[in-house]
Order: sequence, then C-alpha cells, then structure tokens
Amino acid sequence: MTPEERERYARHILLREVGGQGQQKLLAARVLVVGAGGLGSPILSYLAAAGVGLLGIADDDVVSLSNLQRQTLFRTEDVGRDKVEAAREAIARLNPHVKSDAHPRVTEENARKIVSGYDLVVEGVDNFAARYALNRACIAEKTPLVSAAVGRFEGQLSTFKPFADPGVLPCYRCLVPEEPPREEQVNCAEEGVLGAVTGVMGTLAAMEVLKELLSVGDSLAGRLMLYDGLGGAFRTVKLPADPACPDCSVHG
Amino acid sequence: MDITVNGEEKRFEAPLTVAGLLDALELAPRKIAVERNLEIVPKSLFTQTALADGDRIEIVQFVGGG
Repeated sequence: MTPEERERYARHILLREVGGQGQQKLLAARVLVVGAGGLGSPILSYLAAAGVGLLGIADDDVVSLSNLQRQTLFRTEDVGRDKVEAAREAIARLNPHVKSDAHPRVTEENARKIVSGYDLVVEGVDNFAARYALNRACIAEKTPLVSAAVGRFEGQLSTFKPFADPGVLPCYRCLVPEEPPREEQVNCAEEGVLGAVTGVMGTLAAMEVLKELLSVGDSLAGRLMLYDGLGGAFRTVKLPADPACPDCSVHG
Repeated sequence: MDITVNGEEKRFEAPLTVAGLLDALELAPRKIAVERNLEIVPKSLFTQTALADGDRIEIVQFVGGG
C-alpha cells in the first residue's frame, strides 16, 4: 500500500479483524453488484469507499426522477443518463483506486458468464427472475451470493453459499421456491418504498459482503435477517436448505 | 392447542400441519415463508410438519424490490 492508501484506509487497518492484511484482501477482491438502484447505491458506495479492487455493475436502466428519493448514488443532473455510467463516475469520485466494469441486465443466458469473473456477487435487483438466474449461476460457479430485497417499510437479507455445506446451507430458491403471483408481488414501482429502508438494507448487504471477503464474524449463510422498519425491529431466523430444492438439492 | 400467529394467540384443533394452518388462514403458500419458533420451514415440508401447542408462527411475506 502507498502512504496515501494507508491513510485512506487507516480506520480499517486499526481494526484487529481487518488490519493491513484484511485491507489487502479488499484491494484484491472482485465483487459483482447486480442492480444499481436503491440497494445498489449504498452497496456501491460502501464497497468503493472500502477499497474493493474491482466492482462490476450490472444494470440497464437510466436514472429517472422518481429514483432520486432513494438512489443516493445519483444527482438530479444525472436524470436520463445510463445508471451504470453515472454509478461508475460516482465511484471514481469517491475512490479513484477502485476499478469498475459495466455489465448489461443479468439474464438466464448471460448470468454464468458474468458471475465467473468475480469472487462474490451481491444483488439488490427489482425482480424475481433475475434473482433465480443469479442464484443458479452462483451455485454453478460456487460463488457466494449476498441477496437483499425491500418493499414498503420492510427488508430481507441473507447470504447464499449452499456449496459450502450441501444439504445444510440453503440457496435463494430454498427460501422462494417459485415466483409469487405477479399481482401480489411487493415491488417498489407499484407498492412504494420508504427511501431510508433501501439505505438500511443496502448498507447491511455491504456489511455482509465485507465479512465474507474478510472471513470474519458470523456469516448470514443459513440465516435470514428480517427488518420491520415501522416496528423498528430486526429478527434473524434460521434458514435451512430445502431437501426438495430444484436448484441446490443434493438429491435433486 | 394454542399457537401464536404473527403475535396473536389462536386456538386450533390438533393435529395440524403447517399446510393445514395456511389453509385455515386462507393463505396461498406461493407468496409467503413460514417461520416456526425462529426457523423457516422448507416449503416442501409444509404438509408433513406438525405444529405443537405453544408454537410461535410468523408468516413472512416475500418482498422483491431493489
């Protein structure tokens, strides 16, 4: 590390669980962030600030005015621009040491190829189809997946790495075996979301990414964290593998 | 037997499975997860997981926004 880097990351290096070695791990890490929206904003900000070496950003939306109530990576003058490009600029302003790569929307067809270039994937996408595609790609590539979701005043977060303990640790599909009926899905566009909820859950997702990269603390793998914003309460519950899961079951 | 569902105490006839509880509450399994005593019950085990007196159940609705 250069003197400038040692100063930039001084508060990390002070932590016994991080130190110079941990910071080196972050500088060498490659993380794919899928969805540059309400969750993606704090995820990208904290991972860039932490010095994660390479951030892949997958999104094909443009910044719209109704995004700005929660997507803090963007400014009013970014409206109409490609999110990925605006996000890369924001990251570069925050930390010019961080490299970033642009990727299109993740689909069933391209997911595995994109995922294969990264050590870890974190997603805050706005639909179930992309979550299933990422889940399968991450299982195939044995890549940990930190998954966050929000709706209205609530959030859900977990880490999926079934390959680390097959039959015990779950994948995303063990939690959500099939897509909820579309008319009953809670999504931001139709149901609304309080902006700060995406800040809470995106920041927690960034925290879990950093824990996985540093191999410190208790992973959220095998657990589901639930945030009730109106109640002002968190609950973390056990999340076992589903023995009949079509995506990760050792029997299926 | 008495079961707490989302913080509310309710009385049911035993025996009752998770699937039976969802039927009684008229909830479609596709849009929810069921948490029993702080552990998510895998969906494929809903029909064979018997509930016991004193169980604390939370119905968790999936959120899908980003």
